[in-house]
Formats: sequence, C-alpha cells, structure tokens
Amino acid sequence: MMTRVKAQLKTFLGGIHPAEDGKILTLAKQKATIPLPKTVYLVMSQHIGAPAKPIVKKGDMVKKGQLVGDAQGFISAHVHASVSGKVVDVAPWPHPVTGIKCPAVIIENSGEDAWVEDMNVAVDTDHLSPEEIRHCIQSAGIVGLGGATFPTHIKLTPPKDKIIDTVVMNGAECEPYLTCDYRLMLDKPHEIIQGLKLMMRCIGCKKAHIGIEENKRDVYTIFKDIASKDPDIKVDLMEVKYPQGAEHQLIKALLNREFKPTQLPLEVGVIVVNVGTAFAVYEAVKFHRPLIERIVTVTGNGVENPQNFLVRLGTPVRRLLEEAKLTADVNKIIFGGPMMGIAQGNIDTAVTIKGTGGILVLRDAQRWESHACIRCGRCVDSCPYGLNPSELSIVCEAKEFDLALDNNVMECKECGCCSYICPAKRPIVHLIKFAKGEIAKRKSKG
Amino acid sequence: MSVSPHIYDGGNIPRIMWTVVLSLIPAGIAGAFAFGYYCLSVVFLCCIASVVTEAVILLLRKQPLLSAMKDGSAVVTGILLAYTLPPGVPWYISIVGSFFAIAIVKHTFGGLGNNIWNPALAARAFLQVAYPAAMNSDWRILQHGIGNIVHSITRIDPAGKLVDAVTRATPLAKEAGAETYTLGQLFMGNVPGCIGETSAIALLLGGSYLIYKRCIKWYVPVYYIATMFIMVLILPSRVATPWANNPLYHIFSGGLFLGAFFMATDMVTSPLTKRGLVIFAIGTGVLTALIRFYSGYPEGVCYSILLMNTATPLIDRYTKPRLYGTRVKKG
Repeated sequence: MMTRVKAQLKTFLGGIHPAEDGKILTLAKQKATIPLPKTVYLVMSQHIGAPAKPIVKKGDMVKKGQLVGDAQGFISAHVHASVSGKVVDVAPWPHPVTGIKCPAVIIENSGEDAWVEDMNVAVDTDHLSPEEIRHCIQSAGIVGLGGATFPTHIKLTPPKDKIIDTVVMNGAECEPYLTCDYRLMLDKPHEIIQGLKLMMRCIGCKKAHIGIEENKRDVYTIFKDIASKDPDIKVDLMEVKYPQGAEHQLIKALLNREFKPTQLPLEVGVIVVNVGTAFAVYEAVKFHRPLIERIVTVTGNGVENPQNFLVRLGTPVRRLLEEAKLTADVNKIIFGGPMMGIAQGNIDTAVTIKGTGGILVLRDAQRWESHACIRCGRCVDSCPYGLNPSELSIVCEAKEFDLALDNNVMECKECGCCSYICPAKRPIVHLIKFAKGEIAKRKSKG
Repeated sequence: MSVSPHIYDGGNIPRIMWTVVLSLIPAGIAGAFAFGYYCLSVVFLCCIASVVTEAVILLLRKQPLLSAMKDGSAVVTGILLAYTLPPGVPWYISIVGSFFAIAIVKHTFGGLGNNIWNPALAARAFLQVAYPAAMNSDWRILQHGIGNIVHSITRIDPAGKLVDAVTRATPLAKEAGAETYTLGQLFMGNVPGCIGETSAIALLLGGSYLIYKRCIKWYVPVYYIATMFIMVLILPSRVATPWANNPLYHIFSGGLFLGAFFMATDMVTSPLTKRGLVIFAIGTGVLTALIRFYSGYPEGVCYSILLMNTATPLIDRYTKPRLYGTRVKKG
C-alpha cells in the first residue's frame, strides 16, 4: 500500500530527505500579528536588479502604500511605505542579506496606519486586460516571494519568441523549517488561485499546474477541491524531498521537462510562480494593495515561541526575535531556510525585506571538521543537476579553476544537497561559491 | 560567517568505518570457530600493527593525529588484511602486511581517500609474492567446524602452532579437486581457507547489514556475484572436477563474498557513479572468473579487484554524470 502511494507521487532524480525538517515547530501555528513597528527601514534593493530610487525626502509625511522608491531600469521593482508616518531619514542602511550599505527610506510610524486614498478598494477584475493586470502588478512592486525576488511583472513579460503553455505554481515549500507558504495556502486558497488565474490571463496561458509536497495533504485536498471546477488547473502531490520546489525539479516532477541549470523555465515554455507571489498578485489587482507585508516563519531551537508572523516590510528583525522569545545561547541566525539561507553577521541592523520567508535561529549549529573526500559518491547521487560535487570540491580547493569550469562549476545552483549529505563534511558549496567568485573576478580582469 | 547549508546529515566517516568493523565481526567469529582461536590473535595483531603504523606515519607527515585515529579506517584495513591471511600465518607476516598496507599503499598516495588500491588487498598481494611459502602452505584445516561436524584432522599445540597440518588451500585449489565439499559446507564455512572468507553466510549477514545501513551500494556485490555466476556457466573449464562449472560452488567458495561485500565496495578505490560502479563490478566478476579458470593461481578475487582499482580513474572519466538538461551524445 505504502509503495503504491509513493509511486504516484511526482518527483525528480537526486535530492535529499532531511531526517528532521523542523517544520513541526510552526506547522500548527496560525498567522500571528505583532504590534506595528515604531520605525521601518525600507532598503531600496529588495529584488534582483537595479535598486529603486528614493523619491521622498527627510521630513515628508507618507501614507501606507505610498510609493517611496521608484524602480530604476528594466529589471527593478517599486518599494512602498509599509506604515504611515514621517520620513525621518533617507540614508544608506546595511542590506540584510549582503551586509553592504544600500539606500534606504526610514519611516517613523505615526500609528494611524492610513492607506493612500485609491488603495485598499475592491475592483472588478473580470474586465481587466492583460496590460492592466501587468500594470497593477508592476505598480504594487511585486517580486517572486519564493526567495529569488525576481520582479514579477518582468517574469510575466516573456520574450515574444517564447511560447508559454503552462504556469507552474510552487506549493512545495521544500526548505526544512519553513511553513509560511503552508500557512498561507491553508488560509487563502481561493485568493491564491485567483492570483494564479490573473497571471495566466496576463500572459495568455491556458494551463496551470500546482505542485504540493506530500507532507501538506490537507492543503492538497483544499486546492484539489477548488481546482476541480476548473479543468485547466491541475494539482499534484509530490514526494517530500529537497529541493522539490526549485524550478528545475518542480518542472521535472510535474511536466517531465528538462532544461539546463543555467537556463530559465521559459526554455521549456513554463513560468514558475510561488504561492506567496500569487496571493500578492491577487491583493494588488483586486484591491490595489501594494506589497507591504508578508508572512515570515521565525523558528528554530533558538526561540522559545516559534511563530508565523504577518510582518510589515522593513520591520527590524530584533522585534520579531523578541516576539518569538529569543534564547540566550544562540549561535546562528539565518535569513531563509537551513539549506540555502544566509547566516547573519549583524542582527541589530537586520530588517525584513520582500524575500524574507523565514528567520531560523539555531542554538547548536554544528561546526564539523572536514576531511579528505572518501569518494563515497553520495554527493553525486544527491546532486539534482547532474554535477560531480566530489570532483568540483577537490579542484576548487586546489584553485584549479579551469578544471572547475570543465566540470560545469557555473551550472551549480548551490542547493546544498552535496554539503548536507557529505560524510567527510566537506564544505562543497562554500568551495564552489569561492571558485565562482574567483572565476568572475578573472573574467572581469579580462 | 558560515556558508549554507546550515544543517547536515548525521552520517560521517567514523560512523561508516565503525559500521564496517561491526559488520565484519560475524565472519571473524566463523573463522575462529572453523580454524581455532589463533585466528583472533592474527586479527588483533593486524589491527594493532595497522593503527600503530597509521599513527607513526601521521606524525611523520605532520598531520592531525587524533581525528584520523578516531575514524577507524586503520582498524578496517587491519581486519580486512587479517581476513585474507591463512589461519596459521606467522606473526611477523601480520606486521609486515599491516605496515605495507598503511604506510605504502595508503599514505604514500596521501592517506585516507587518496589511495589507488585497496590497502588490505594490495598488502595481501605483496605478501603473496614476498612470503610465498608462509602464504601458501600454512593452511589450517577445520579445528572445530561449524555445526559440530567433526572435520578436524589437525591438532594445535597451546602456542597456536600447527602440529599436524594437511597442506591444503581453499577448496578451489586444483589439488583439492579430488576432495570436494558440499554446498552446505561451503555456505556455512566448514571448509579450509583464509580466516575471514570461510563462511559465506557470515559474510552475507555482514554485507546485508552494510547495505541496510547504506554504507555500501547493493549493486556492487550483486553485479559482481551475478557476473561470476554467468561466467562460470559459460566458460570452458580446464580442470575436470565435479565443481568446475558449478556456479554456486564458485560463489560460496574462496574469497568471493569477502571481496564482493567488503573490498570491491571500498569507496575510495571504486568509481563514483552508479554506472561506473556497475562497470567496475562486472569487470571484477569477469576477471575473477578468468583468473580462477585459466591462471595458475586458484584465487582470483584479490587480483581482479586490484586490477579494477587501477582502472577506476578511467571508468570515472567515461561515466561522468549527465549534466541536467543535456542529452547524452550519441556515437
């Protein structure tokens, strides 16, 4: 019986099954709201591409939803005030992911929480043209909320020569510990589907395919039920495996299409959107609400009260950690999940941005001594992109960058399966990142 | 700041090595049952000599001593070497063999993870040519036997010296052709042979445990043994014995199970990918059969694995994993 169920689950080759995925900490936690922050710090680079340009000055009064950062260049996204109040400064602020200072608009919350006039009103979406939908999405500053933060309106403007036949929606949430997408899917399934349909209309795509990991059967049942009225939307259960929610693995599992690691899903006629993005699109198109808040999972054994918080963008991470009751002997705070998240250097300046899906607080993050590779081949078996991490780690360590290029180092997506599984505890991803950096440096030198 | 990922699998090298040690215990017990307790002192001596050699070489190479000592790899080499030795082997052979395995085969190539050949097997091959008399004549025949069947024609004095031994190697030796053993005897281990290779069932038990613990990959022993099975069926035999073309006889005898489960599966000296490992296992099976059938040497396992170890970098080169999203080039 078990095996038959398993055989029906869609998946890909490779990947890993983390034994304890930590989701249990927050799985049953309903979305919690916290008191609005006194001050929000809106960095102008919350997306991939050019940073937005601040269009307010120190001393300006702004309302909730007001545009404060104007998108610059083709790949960029707007930034909006997440509270109403007074701009106390427009100054560089350390970016929470890179640590590099980046322009920011700092707003002191007046407590009114008043929307801009024409926002937060329901509109009839049935008669909107694709251009109007795209304009709403662009105006709302929506970016991919699965973590990549690619501006959504650009994703929904595929090149003319690429025909998109399917929109794939990612409900896998394969990163251990994170449950923000799960909670959203449980709370807002209809809205998510509406958002998905709006995006389908926007690009003139007839079919959609939703993939949900098998550990979220309740959500699967809900979505299957909603989609049953719509023959164009398919919902499938997928095996619980990391990185099931990555674009390549998702498309392989649901549609059995393959493309190179460095290529985009466009190559196989697919656009991938996250459930969080779909919800944000619905909010933007239906209610003219820009993207100013999101759900953030604050979890790990370093907090006593792990939660899924509904958080305004620009909220200091300290506030969230206080709410979640940070314990004393924490040794690692990670932005994102444990597999691809980024460890934080300075937690006091860290603020939430559009791509912050989780803050993971670990009390006993292990540091392992690394050994020579014993060629067990587990990394090779786990690599979902058909690379040879064993060889890559050895040549990158030896700074043999030409050999690294021969071994397709640039195709690595840094998903972390190899480092996770390695019994010699070799820092494979670290070595690969290092080599990529050196190769880029060498290239720029000519 | 540390780089992602921030969580790790519980598996590590010491755990793998000590699991291998654990899985080798049944075969050792079977050996002691069959050949007497002197065998255990051979195993013990090989382990001590391997660990001491490892420590000395690490010191000479100015490598961190403690973590390398804890990983258990020297103990694995010691046990495996002992298991390939005749039960009544003189004590100095154990020491010379262990030294050769660790110092020459393992550390001259850079230590754990970098050696080309399986240290225990390479040491055994070395002993075979360096001490042909001791390695080929001191076979001890069944002191107790398993299942209380009295096969013993040997008496051993308290010092463990052989008093009255019949010179006879594994049941595969051509001279042994006249006297055959039943498959049941071979399977249980009531046959002469090396310390660790006698009992197919004990090796199967340990090997299955390693597969269950995912320390070795099931397809290596399976393809190796299956290839051997087929080769025995199709190859014309040179010797006219009842067992010559009996595949089960070949599979249960000699060091095949020991080699298939514990030596061909050595990660360091075998290919990385599944395709590579299957080629490696089939190649080992073919070579074992060819050596057993057509060479002057009765036992093909040791040399066939060493030869395939040598071919491993080549196999790796031609069995690279396919980059995701690219088709395999045809022709």
